[in-house]
Amino acid sequence: MQEKDTEHWDIVVEGGKSKFSFDFKEIWQYRDLITLFAKRDIATVYNQTILGPVWFFIQPLLTSILFIFFSSVAKIKTDPIPGMLFYLSGLCIWGYFTSCINNTSNTFIANAQIFGKVYFPRIVMPVSKILSGLFIFTAQFALFLLFLLFWIFFKGFQFHFSPYLLLIPYLLFVLAGISLGLGIIISSLTTKYRDLSFLVAFGVQLLQFLAPVMYPLSMATGKKHYVVLANPITGIIENFRFAFFQVGSFHWKYLAYSTGFMFVCLFVGLLMFNRIAKNFMDTV
Amino acid sequence: MSKEVIKIENLSKQYRLGVIGTGTLSHDLNRWWHKTRGKPDPYLRLGEENKRDTPGTTGYVWALRNINFSVNQGDTLGIIGKNGAGKSTLLKILSRVTGPTTGSFKVKGRIASLLEVGTGFHQELTGRENIFVNGAILGMTKTEIKKKLDEIIEFSGIERYIDTPAKRYSSGMYVRLAFAVAAHLEAEILIADEVLAVGDAEFQKKCLGKMKDMGQAGRTVIFVSHNMAAVKQLCSQCVWINRGEIDSIGATDDIILNYTKMSGGNKENSLVDIKRKGIGEIKFSKIDVYPVNEGAVIKSGDGIKFEVYYDTLRMKEEDNYDFVIGIWNSAGTPLLMMTNMYLNQTIKLTKLSGKIIFSIDKLPLNKGTYTINLRLLKNGLEMDFIEEAYCFEVENGNYFNHNVFYPEHYQGIYTNFTISQ
Repeated sequence: MQEKDTEHWDIVVEGGKSKFSFDFKEIWQYRDLITLFAKRDIATVYNQTILGPVWFFIQPLLTSILFIFFSSVAKIKTDPIPGMLFYLSGLCIWGYFTSCINNTSNTFIANAQIFGKVYFPRIVMPVSKILSGLFIFTAQFALFLLFLLFWIFFKGFQFHFSPYLLLIPYLLFVLAGISLGLGIIISSLTTKYRDLSFLVAFGVQLLQFLAPVMYPLSMATGKKHYVVLANPITGIIENFRFAFFQVGSFHWKYLAYSTGFMFVCLFVGLLMFNRIAKNFMDTV
Repeated sequence: MSKEVIKIENLSKQYRLGVIGTGTLSHDLNRWWHKTRGKPDPYLRLGEENKRDTPGTTGYVWALRNINFSVNQGDTLGIIGKNGAGKSTLLKILSRVTGPTTGSFKVKGRIASLLEVGTGFHQELTGRENIFVNGAILGMTKTEIKKKLDEIIEFSGIERYIDTPAKRYSSGMYVRLAFAVAAHLEAEILIADEVLAVGDAEFQKKCLGKMKDMGQAGRTVIFVSHNMAAVKQLCSQCVWINRGEIDSIGATDDIILNYTKMSGGNKENSLVDIKRKGIGEIKFSKIDVYPVNEGAVIKSGDGIKFEVYYDTLRMKEEDNYDFVIGIWNSAGTPLLMMTNMYLNQTIKLTKLSGKIIFSIDKLPLNKGTYTINLRLLKNGLEMDFIEEAYCFEVENGNYFNHNVFYPEHYQGIYTNFTISQ
C-alpha cells in the first residue's frame, strides 16, 4: 500500500478546490497546437474575401486619414512628427491591443463547442489569438515603416537610429501581456453572467480616447495628464513613438508602470481563468 | 501484474437545473459568503437523486454521486446505464472537459477522448489539417503525427475527401476520421462515448476490432454504449451506472445480464407503471426472463423461463384465467405466441399475487433483440394488455448442437427438422 502512495500519476484532478496552480510545462508541450490555432486564425481571415489581407492595411490607412482631417478641424498639433506617421504608429499599437482584447475576451463562449469535447490547456486558445494578432500587427507595422521610408526619402524627414529601437520587442511583449491578461479576465467574468460582454466592445473603443492615439500626451495637461497616464497602453505608445521620432524623452517610469500592470493582470487573469476553465462547461 | 492507470475516488458531480439568471446570482453570492467564512457550500447538501422522469424540488441534481473504481492497464471497460444515468458526465470528467464537484481521480498516461461526433474538428480546415490539429490537441508533436498520417487516412477510409474542408463531411465521415485519429495517436487511454452509433456496420466492426487490439497491446479503453452486443464483444469488465451511482462492477456478462434483466434494455422489468389497456381487475406486476442453465446470456437453443407476476385485489375460486405471451422481433414481426389455451390447460388462481412460469426447452430465436407483449384474460374478458412490456436479447447459441449458426443478418427462427431420402 505504501508503494501506491509514492506512485506517479500524470493527471490528478480534485473537485471543490481552487488553488493557484499553473502548469507552464504543459503549455510548452502544447506549443504545436498554439501555432496551429494561430495559423488557422490567419488562414480563415482570408476566407471568402476578395481583397483578403489588403484589409489589414485599409483599416489603419483610412483611420489615419480621418484622424488627420479631424486633427486639422480640432487643431491638434502632432509636431514635429508628421501627422500620417504619428497616427499610423499609434494605431498600430492600439489596433493590436483592440484585436487581442476582442479575440480573447470571448474565449469560453466562442469555443464552447470544441472545449466541450476535448481537453487541452484552455489557455492555449487566448495565447494563440495573441500570436495571430501579432501577425496582423506585423503587417500594419510594415505599412508604418513604408510610410516612414517615404517620408525620409521624399519629404526630407530627419530620422536617427536610436538605441531605444531595440526596446520595441519588449514594448510589444508588455502590450501582448496586458492584452492577454485583460482578455482572460474578461472572458472569465463573462462566462456565467454575460452582462460585461456588452461593455467590452464599446469600452475598448472609448478607451482609445484616453490614450495618446489621436493626440500627443503633451496636449493632456493638468489632471487630464494623469487620467491618460493611468491607461497602461499610454506608456507603450509614447515610448514606441519616442524610439522612432525622439520627441521628448524615453519614459522609463511609464514603462515600469505598464510592466507592473502586465504582471498584475496576468496573475489575476490566470488565477481566474484556471478556476473558470475547470467547470465552465456547466454554465456557459 | 497489471497496474492501475485510472483511479476514481468518491467522485461526485452536481448540476444546477434550469436557466442561469438573477436567481442563480443570489445562490452564487450565498455560496461565496459561506466560503469566505470558511463554511461548506450550502448547496452541496441539497441535490436529489438523478431520476430523469420525476420533477425535483431543490433545483440541484447529483448527476454522479460517490463514484469509486479503478481501471487497470490493458483493460477494456464498458460503461452501461440508461439515458441520463451519468455515463457521459463521467466520461466528460475523465476527459477533463469539466471538473468534478467533489472527489478526485488520477490517471497515468495520456487520454484520447471521443465524445460525440466530430471531436474538436474545425469546420474550415481540411481533413488532413484537422488530423494535425486533433493530434496536437492530444499533445502530439508534428513529427509524431506525420509518421502516423498515412495509417490514419487509410483506416478512416475517406482518402477522397481528405483535402476537403470538414464542413462538407457527412456525419459518418466525421466519426470515421475522428476515430481513426484517436485510435492511432499514441494515447495510453482511449475514451469513446457512443461514437460508433453513427458509423455503418462495416466501420463499427472495424472500430471494435481496433479497440480490442488496443487492449491487447496494453492500452486501456473505456467504452460507453447502449449496444449490449458491442459491449459484450469488446469489454471484459463493465460498470453499470444507475441514477448517478454505481449499481455494480464486474465481469461484463454478469453485469449485462443483470442490467437487461432489471431494465429490459430500455424498460424496467417492473410492470407497475407502464402503459396498458384492459379492465384492470388483475394486472401484471413484473416479468423475468432468464436461461435455465446459470448462464449470463440467453442463447439460441437454451432452455428459457419466462416468469410473469400478477397482482389482484379480489378473486373467486371459479374464475378461469388465460395468460398470453407474444414475442416480436425488433422489426415488429410477431414470431411466437404462448398461452395456456394452446395447451388446453385452464389456470385457476389461489393467491392474490403470484407468478406463472412459461418454459421453452429449446429457444428457437435467432441472435437479436426481442420484445414481449403480455395479455391476461379473466373468464374471457381482457383484464390487462401490455404492448412492449419487456425486451430481451438473444445471443448466437448452439441450437443444432454442432456450432453452426444462421448467417449474420438472417432474421428467421430456428426449428428442429429431419431430412430423408
